[in-house]
Amino acid sequence: MALEVTHRYLQEESAMADFNGLIECEEPNNRLDKFAGTLFWRNMSYSLDADKILLRGCKIRNTDFCHGVVIFAGADTKIMKNSGKTRFKRTKIDSLMNYMVYTIFVVLILLSAGLAIGHTYWEQQIGNSSWYLYDAQDFSPPYRGFLNFWGYIIVLNTMVPISLYVSVEVIRLGQSYFINWDLQMYYPEKDTAAKARTTTLNEQLGQIHYIFSDKTGTLTQNIMTFKKCCINGQRYGDCRDGAGQLQSHPEQQVDFSWNMYADGKFSFYDHYLIEQIKSGKDPEIQKFFFLLAVCHTVMVDTSDGQLNYQAASPDEGALVMAARNFGYVFLSRTQNTITISEMGIERTYDVLAILDFNSDRKRMSVIVRESGGNIRLYCKGADTVIYERLHPRNLKREATEEALDVFASETLRTLCLCYRDISRDEFEVWNKKCVEASVATTNRDEALDRVYEEIEKNLILLGATAIEDKLQDGVPETISRLSKADIKIWVLTGDKKETAENIGFSCELLTDETTICYGEDISALLQTRLENQRNKAGSSTHSSLRMNEPFFQGSRDRALIITGSWLNEILLEKKKKKKKLKLKFPRTAEEKKKQTEKRRRAEAYKEQQQQNFVDLACECRAVICCRVTPKQKAMVVELVKKYKKAITLAIGDGANDVNMIKTAHIGVGISGQEGMQAVMSSDYSFGQFRYLQRLLLVHGRWSYIRMCKFLRYFFYKNFAFTLVHIWYSFFNGFSAQTAYEDWFITLYNVLYSSLPVLLVGLLDQDVSDKLSLRFPGLYVLGQKDLLFNYKKFFLSLLHGAITSLIIFFIPYGAYLKTMGQDGEAPSDYQSFAVTAASSLIFVVNFQIGLDTSYWTFINAFSVFGSIALYFGITFDFHSAGIHVLFPSGFQFTGTAPNALRQPYLWLTMILSIAVCLLPVVAQRFLSMTIWPSEIDRIQKNRKKYMAEEQQWRRRQSAFRRGVSGRRSAYAFSHQRGYADLIASGRSIRKKRAPLDAVLGNSVTEVRDAPETR
Amino acid sequence: IDYTGTEPSSPCNKCLNVSWDGTPPCTCTINFTLEHSFESNVFMYYGLSNFYQNHRRYVKSRDDSQLNGDNSSLLNPSKECEPYRTNEDKPIAPCGAIANSMFNDTLKLYRIDNDTRIPITLIKKGIAWWTDKNVKFRNPTGDGNNLTALFQGTTKPVNWPKPVYMLDLEPDNNGFINEDFIVWMRTAALPTFRKLYRLIERKNNLQPTLQAGKYSLDIAYNYPVHSFDGRKRMILSTISWMGGKNPFLGIAYITVGSICFFLGVVLLIIHHKYGNRNTSADIPN
Repeated sequence: MALEVTHRYLQEESAMADFNGLIECEEPNNRLDKFAGTLFWRNMSYSLDADKILLRGCKIRNTDFCHGVVIFAGADTKIMKNSGKTRFKRTKIDSLMNYMVYTIFVVLILLSAGLAIGHTYWEQQIGNSSWYLYDAQDFSPPYRGFLNFWGYIIVLNTMVPISLYVSVEVIRLGQSYFINWDLQMYYPEKDTAAKARTTTLNEQLGQIHYIFSDKTGTLTQNIMTFKKCCINGQRYGDCRDGAGQLQSHPEQQVDFSWNMYADGKFSFYDHYLIEQIKSGKDPEIQKFFFLLAVCHTVMVDTSDGQLNYQAASPDEGALVMAARNFGYVFLSRTQNTITISEMGIERTYDVLAILDFNSDRKRMSVIVRESGGNIRLYCKGADTVIYERLHPRNLKREATEEALDVFASETLRTLCLCYRDISRDEFEVWNKKCVEASVATTNRDEALDRVYEEIEKNLILLGATAIEDKLQDGVPETISRLSKADIKIWVLTGDKKETAENIGFSCELLTDETTICYGEDISALLQTRLENQRNKAGSSTHSSLRMNEPFFQGSRDRALIITGSWLNEILLEKKKKKKKLKLKFPRTAEEKKKQTEKRRRAEAYKEQQQQNFVDLACECRAVICCRVTPKQKAMVVELVKKYKKAITLAIGDGANDVNMIKTAHIGVGISGQEGMQAVMSSDYSFGQFRYLQRLLLVHGRWSYIRMCKFLRYFFYKNFAFTLVHIWYSFFNGFSAQTAYEDWFITLYNVLYSSLPVLLVGLLDQDVSDKLSLRFPGLYVLGQKDLLFNYKKFFLSLLHGAITSLIIFFIPYGAYLKTMGQDGEAPSDYQSFAVTAASSLIFVVNFQIGLDTSYWTFINAFSVFGSIALYFGITFDFHSAGIHVLFPSGFQFTGTAPNALRQPYLWLTMILSIAVCLLPVVAQRFLSMTIWPSEIDRIQKNRKKYMAEEQQWRRRQSAFRRGVSGRRSAYAFSHQRGYADLIASGRSIRKKRAPLDAVLGNSVTEVRDAPETR
Repeated sequence: IDYTGTEPSSPCNKCLNVSWDGTPPCTCTINFTLEHSFESNVFMYYGLSNFYQNHRRYVKSRDDSQLNGDNSSLLNPSKECEPYRTNEDKPIAPCGAIANSMFNDTLKLYRIDNDTRIPITLIKKGIAWWTDKNVKFRNPTGDGNNLTALFQGTTKPVNWPKPVYMLDLEPDNNGFINEDFIVWMRTAALPTFRKLYRLIERKNNLQPTLQAGKYSLDIAYNYPVHSFDGRKRMILSTISWMGGKNPFLGIAYITVGSICFFLGVVLLIIHHKYGNRNTSADIPN
């Protein structure tokens, strides 16, 4: 919104033309939420912050026009500064594939070179003396060999699978669509389907080792409900009747119908509290709910006579909503007033100041002038912060603390409420300081915090609230299933240690058997390890010795809980020292050297430390990092990526997870409560955490298996096809003569062999989705790269080479000394080419048939269709008609009908096919009977499992919720509230729907100008 | 029967260094004995070895449109035919290295019956594919049937003794559609190959086509192979339903079949031993 001054004085266009202010501001950067600048105009300076500018890309709502000054344009705009950071993600298989293609390329060059040498030799021995080859160009044999090198590069180019890349992309696209179409990953309540936002990472989903998960909104629903409270030391919220007696049957909800503003969705079981409120006897209770109704930054919006609250954080929304249901209804606000209906009586209060929330302060306050004229500060915040600032003589301190403990043990999020009366003089003094601080150009936030600190003291405790942050459906099941699949789950959260630990227990990430190690314990372990290493490095010449013995003895479950500050200490300790070093100016070259040496040593030390930390953390079954900043989240992911070389997946829903999502190999966004930033930067998105198991265990696994099968087969197919030329070259003087018809070479990859393998890449599944969810152990396959690695690659190349050998030498043996049925010798080149090509088509298509483990009609159709297509096209191209039309284009006229008429040729083909495929069949059979893999066994027992499943479903018992006795505490959301907006009041001046304009500001942005209207 | 004549004892040794335009042709005679009589139709082949008809440079050195009777190609053959495209500024018909190197030995077969040589009738038609003779190869079209006129303006391939329109006397076996020519133009896949030369038809049901006994082969030796260590052979063969005699497939089938059988037995045993064990195996969940 505009500055007060510019708003006031620049109403006319002529005035705007005369505007001659000077804006001093920060350099272009990528932080969307921060801006610092100052406008100098008419000898006055005005501060400009993030609220005073419009960012490029934002949309203005409820505002017809605005005038502004452009500060940054083009690449300097914040959105452009941000966009550069997105990295192109590629899968492990992708890079592996690239190397394999390089390998093939090298093989191609080597083979061509070998054949060229062969040709040189041949020319010398035979070619030169063969008068019939005379071509009137007397090149020397080496030169001919050189020419033939290029000839062979062209002939053998089909070895390098160029169409591979296109096919891979097609398959991935198809798989992404399968993910998008999966109804079991559709979240009906929010109408969000799973969405693969990138189509290039699917098979990576089958290889995940580590999952980094956010907590709020990801594991939990991030829907807060007001459950309990403690007022003046008295706890409310259990099931009680109006007289305060505990009730045994919890069904009876409190009836809120007496309150016209109640939203009807709220459920509360303590009738006693209601009675207390209605009676209005207890001033503390009144103050309590009054505070809830006043102290917040919620925006209100009336539509169809209904009040709609828009809160910066769901906690706050829940509290205001609760107050509303209890009869203290927040109705509307202006820049400096707030209107509340207190038990049906509307009152308006002057809001003198809003001391907004931020993550350091962990509290917020409002200063209100009450109807009597006395000024009062209402404050709510995390218990630790509040308790530090309480008035020493607080009677209910212990009772409330006890209540807090009780609430926390029920995994409720708690918040303390308190107030303080302020005298008018004190307020005046403070207000002056506050205004001063708010125009400071540097460190404005810190200055404000300091000023706020001054007034938030000697508070009087009112009570505490308890909010429930529900776990999402199916989270414990998902987590336990994923950990059975050998996926390690790290929870990275901004919450407090206790909260995080509690959530860890409630989602079964931690169990009672788990030994929990805290950062402090580990520091010692790391230290000893480091010293050991140093000693070793001293004794042995090489310092890169890595010790592999585990940190812990025994095989008990271990979990690690560390905090962000500890992380900093461990991982970045050295950085600070480095900075200090830099301050010293190196005088001599020697000193410089020493410094670099030192720095390098520090670097090495840091790396060692990080390495050790990652090793240690990976030994634990679960790791919970609490109190971490978004940047640290990304850093942790980076560390694991760097030292473990494992595939990582990050899942989160909020803007604070964006870094992590971008850093991890795969980012998953949950389209939840906290906006779309996470989804926008993610690779996959869906509505609920529990869909992750389906995404990984079903789609990821399938994608991986399909892709591996596809790649293996593709390399095999191309080698079987191309190497025949090489065997043939031994019999044609290495002259780069092709073994097949040109048209066959052209169409082989496109028509004759592409469709079945594409379908396998798209549709194949070894076990059904239910079974792969039931046996998470099957997932290990992908983590260990078992299905596609260099070994498999060379095996398929070898397989292809053997197939090509058979395809060439069986016709060779058969044709060497024979004649056809009608006396003509079938050993002519064209018949030979047709025989080899036909057997190749049969072998290759039957081979994919053997590889297919999930047969559908389409698969069968494509396999037999390809063969039929081959014969159809071949007969067409070899027909008399086409030769009449293009006499020189189709030289194989009559070959197919003449050659394929002969039973001898068919016998040859059948022999080649049998010799190619029988060993494969035998090998498959052997491995299935003697060394059956888990997949084979599951496939065999498919029916049994199906029956079991049905039985099991019938018996399925209700889900039992674990009760744990651990303490949790309140955590605010990371976003700032709307206090500044409210305070300046510009947006509220317009009567209708001020909120949208505000929202538009923060969500989407168009222009890059400060609003100086 | 090898008649290359590399050994000094061979009657054809004298012809070893024959050149293309050797006139009169060097002739030699080889006598041989058939141990068994040939009952059905007999096919007579010539075989060449170490002759790389599948060399790339060689294979492409032809002009299919010219051979298909295209008049413009006749006078302006494709560049692929170089260096056998033109001779003394006249286009060569048929052009190219394949045509140029056409096999031109003449073989005649006699049965020696009490020292009298009875010539055996050799049929020279029906040795090429129907599609080749009728579709792929056609003489140039024009007024009249006089091939000499149709081939006006072209010259013979360098190595040929006579132009293409004088390959045979019968008009339906002359020019491009001469069957010997067609058979030669169908290039072989391997450096050792045989091509059908003549047919010997069975005359009546009482006598075998070729009785056991002594025969002699008259060769007009024109085709030089000594320079590249080639061999020339004449083969007589009968044909069954699956073609000529060739032990390779039989042996291969027997081998593969027995391996399959053996493997089948082994796998059956293995299946019995291991199969039951696994069906009941439990999988850790």
